[in-house]
Amino acid sequence: MTALIEFDDLTLGYDRHPAVHHLSGAIARGALTAIVGPNGAGKSTLLKGVVGALRPLGGAIRLHDLARREIAHLPQAAEIDRGFPIGVYDFVAMGAWRRIGLFGGVGRAERSRIEAALHAVGLEGFETRPIGTLSGGQLQRAMFARLILQDARAILLDEPFNAVDARTQADLLRLVHHWHDEGRTVVAVAHDLGMVRAEFPETLMIARERVAWGPTAEVLTEATLNRAQTMIEAFDAGAHVCARAA
Amino acid sequence: MLGLHDLLIAPFADFEFMRRALVGAVALALAAAPVGVMLMLRRMSLTGDAMSHAILPGAAVGYLLSGLSLTAMTVGGLLAGVIVAVAAGAVARASRLGEDVSLAAFYLTSLALGVTIVSLKGSNVDLLHVLFGSVLALDDGALTLIAAISTATLLAFAAILRPLALDSVDPGFLRAVGGGAGALTHLVFMGVVVLNLVGGFHALGTLMAVGLMMLPAAGARLWVDDLTALFAVAATIGVVSAIVGLVVSYHLSLPAGPSIVLTAGAIWFASLLVGRRGLLAGRLGRRHLEA
Repeated sequence: MTALIEFDDLTLGYDRHPAVHHLSGAIARGALTAIVGPNGAGKSTLLKGVVGALRPLGGAIRLHDLARREIAHLPQAAEIDRGFPIGVYDFVAMGAWRRIGLFGGVGRAERSRIEAALHAVGLEGFETRPIGTLSGGQLQRAMFARLILQDARAILLDEPFNAVDARTQADLLRLVHHWHDEGRTVVAVAHDLGMVRAEFPETLMIARERVAWGPTAEVLTEATLNRAQTMIEAFDAGAHVCARAA
Repeated sequence: MLGLHDLLIAPFADFEFMRRALVGAVALALAAAPVGVMLMLRRMSLTGDAMSHAILPGAAVGYLLSGLSLTAMTVGGLLAGVIVAVAAGAVARASRLGEDVSLAAFYLTSLALGVTIVSLKGSNVDLLHVLFGSVLALDDGALTLIAAISTATLLAFAAILRPLALDSVDPGFLRAVGGGAGALTHLVFMGVVVLNLVGGFHALGTLMAVGLMMLPAAGARLWVDDLTALFAVAATIGVVSAIVGLVVSYHLSLPAGPSIVLTAGAIWFASLLVGRRGLLAGRLGRRHLEA
């Protein structure tokens, strides 16, 4: 396998307190990987590190033949102002920013891409609806349509199936598999282990530190799950300097 | 009984100062409308207010150095506005105070400083001029300045509208895909806010200038949902306020600046009651739809 995103003794955190601690390993090119672990395990932090929103406290993240701007990131709690008067079409079109920029027109090719994306997520007919009128699941569909428009080589999804119903989850999963088939690298944080077993070939289980990483069936065992649960979740304000820190 | 001509046309036909006031106020209203709409949508309605206070000490220093000089007060106001806008943002990032708290701290200090500086040299009349403007005494210089600022504002808006809207809907996304575009856009936008306040300050004074910005925007939000429509409706409300305000002030001998802002306030209040998105609209008992 060829590594696309490699973690080398990576420590990420806030205010010197590690949230991801001494993680090593790699996500292969074209992989479809789930990240699982208890709350506070550092899953979202890891994704933020990959897109460069967080600087490592130690170690490094290496992107092999992949530019930061070729990575699309769907944050768990996007800072979307749903009161802003913008329709679904324009909202989805934001995904084309890299191609149209400040002044570029949305030409016929771009319009057909937008229509195709809306079709793929099942939001035809919603073009002029203000985003403030969408349900949680519909907004998530719009976010996926925007991801399609971004046309990224690596796609990082942070709990994309939270608070969506079974049908929406199935539709969005179909898109994830479609991206995988197209050769894109997809990483998704998830909590539904049954769904992970059924849909994701590879899994990284973290609990601040790496617990297990590999084929999903080998990672999601009773032993590893128990180990992840014993992770110390308490925050120690007076923690000592990590002995492994260089 | 006044005829329509006496009521609406005569004040402007008979007096040059009224024509100048009309041109100045309409130009201001046209540029202030989009600025106000974006301030409102970015939940920065009070930021405009704070910034209008913040430009006072700058204008006051200009006044201290060279009296009621257009250039000195404009340059002073611009400098003070830009410094406060940048400083408040920087303090918010560097300290644990949020941007709103930092702005409040800056503008309260600025206002006190500005009033102190003006009273060091001037009379109460000068202080009133600075605080409430003199739309009925706009000279060529002031009119040119206002026209230039309005033109620059509309051009700047044409340039930054896309990232500005994007940065308002989903700032995190723009940070991720646009690099520094969001931060740069915000900076340009704050610059435009300051420019408009400085332009408005000559006509309406530091305290009233923000009125032509926020009131038409607030009124427009009660009628339409679409961004383009918001700009259009807000600009219309602003222009109507300018005209009606001047006419009312002429016939009733009221101060011109406040009556322009009061008119905008009245339109906002009426919109609040009867607007399509106003308080009464939801209570008219219209029956619900099939889907």
